[in-house]
Amino acid sequence: MAYVAVKGGERAIDNAHAWLAEDRRGNPSIPPIDTAQIREQLGRSVDRVMAEGSLYDEELAALAIRQAQGDLIEAAFLVRAYRTTLPRFTASAPVDTAGMGIRRRISAVFKDMPGGQILGPTYDYTHRLIDFAEAAGFAPPPAPEMDSDGIAIGRINDILDSEGLIEADGRADGMAHGKAESEPGDLTRTPLAFPAARDIRLQSLARGDEGFLLAMAYSTQRGWGGSHPFVGEIRVGEASVDITPPELGFPIDIGDITLTECQMVNQFAGSKTQPPQFTRGYGLVFGHAERKAMSMALVDRALRAEELGETATAPAQNQEFVLYHCDNIEATGFVEHLKLPHYVDFQSELETIRRMRADAQKEYAA
Amino acid sequence: MQPDPSHTPPNSLPNAHAARQRWMAVLARASHADIVPLLAHMPALPAHSVLRGPESGLVMVRGRTGGAGAAFNMGEMSVTRCTVRDSDGRVGHAYVAGRDRDQAELAARLDAALQDAAWHARIETSVIAPLAQSQAAKRATEARKAAATRVQFFTLATMRSGS
Repeated sequence: MAYVAVKGGERAIDNAHAWLAEDRRGNPSIPPIDTAQIREQLGRSVDRVMAEGSLYDEELAALAIRQAQGDLIEAAFLVRAYRTTLPRFTASAPVDTAGMGIRRRISAVFKDMPGGQILGPTYDYTHRLIDFAEAAGFAPPPAPEMDSDGIAIGRINDILDSEGLIEADGRADGMAHGKAESEPGDLTRTPLAFPAARDIRLQSLARGDEGFLLAMAYSTQRGWGGSHPFVGEIRVGEASVDITPPELGFPIDIGDITLTECQMVNQFAGSKTQPPQFTRGYGLVFGHAERKAMSMALVDRALRAEELGETATAPAQNQEFVLYHCDNIEATGFVEHLKLPHYVDFQSELETIRRMRADAQKEYAA
Repeated sequence: MQPDPSHTPPNSLPNAHAARQRWMAVLARASHADIVPLLAHMPALPAHSVLRGPESGLVMVRGRTGGAGAAFNMGEMSVTRCTVRDSDGRVGHAYVAGRDRDQAELAARLDAALQDAAWHARIETSVIAPLAQSQAAKRATEARKAAATRVQFFTLATMRSGS
């Protein structure tokens, strides 16, 4: 059907946007929020916008959150739009999560592992009671400090790995033969195609909607593609990012980013080609985002069903279902476009229904 | 968590660039506002002309499947770069996380000057060392706070034997 341009409405749109700006500012007798306050005091919102906007920049995310009146999907949309205005300089060396500056590191499978259980600034074990002291502007005392033993906090996988009880990290084919590592796929350059390899799936999940991934992950726990998961390890901290600019020809460190990593360990009965061993799902997300990293790891493992010879029956095991629907920018675009004028489409539907009713009446009368 | 003096970036042999890598890492973590006060007690930096930028762009951050497997693209970060040539002909580069153009230009000027033997010791003492020290102190405080949240397990058997 041809699209019929409709003119008019410019003044209404301008006035609506003027009201939006006023509404966004709220009561002018109340001081405006500084973006630094958002960055410092609403850090988990900032993290979510960076992860789903797929751009690590705390100031920009804070600005987007204020502009979107705290609507985090709208804010992620703003960030995604902004990134299209910037040139891509290069790609980093893969971040070394084993060497991260650790703020939090826990394992649900081993109590005493090298480095120990480090709780960090966590909501776990809080009572989830509204704290009215905080509402009154209570200033907390500085967090306690203790001497750090400085022991390197190695990856939990290496403990299980030494017995061969857990599958190894998937290596790129080239690396096994000592060749240069092949370039990973990039969703921002090449549209999604199926079957999607694991690198593409991980990129898609890393920027996927937290709520969607949480629901998918939850569905696997409730029996829709169950995989008996354990949290092997969650770590949160700062990792440095290295790039090698061609004009320098050697790697340089351009700063730190906060990351959350989740190693999920799953039961696996074995297949024709593999002995029984633990398999793994992996989550790696910008910012402090445990719920997202855990959900990502569970869904990553579920999406490996076919590779591991499992029967893929549940939504979370279906690549097309998960990857086509986890991007909230695409999802909101398609759902929200229904608000835009569909006058002509609907007119044709009306005509069709009228004709069908008339035909049915004639048939009944006959 | 970096830089510390012993830090060697991954995939690189110990090399002649180690000193430069270290100061570039320190400058990448210092805002323009952090650096400017440290220049107050120094002669003005050599005059410079900008060869490129300062310009903001993106770096695609990569991770590894499972932490150590095949690489994948996890998302981008904003980065600002600048290249300058100072009046002595030295070329300085900067790539710094974020969108602070003033920081990138100043870091590039310092990178150029730090390659000059006459300037090196002065900038190292007045700028790089204090920045490195405050960055290390910040990391140490984080590590100490983390250590305070480390669980000290004790077993029920021990408790029972005591009663």
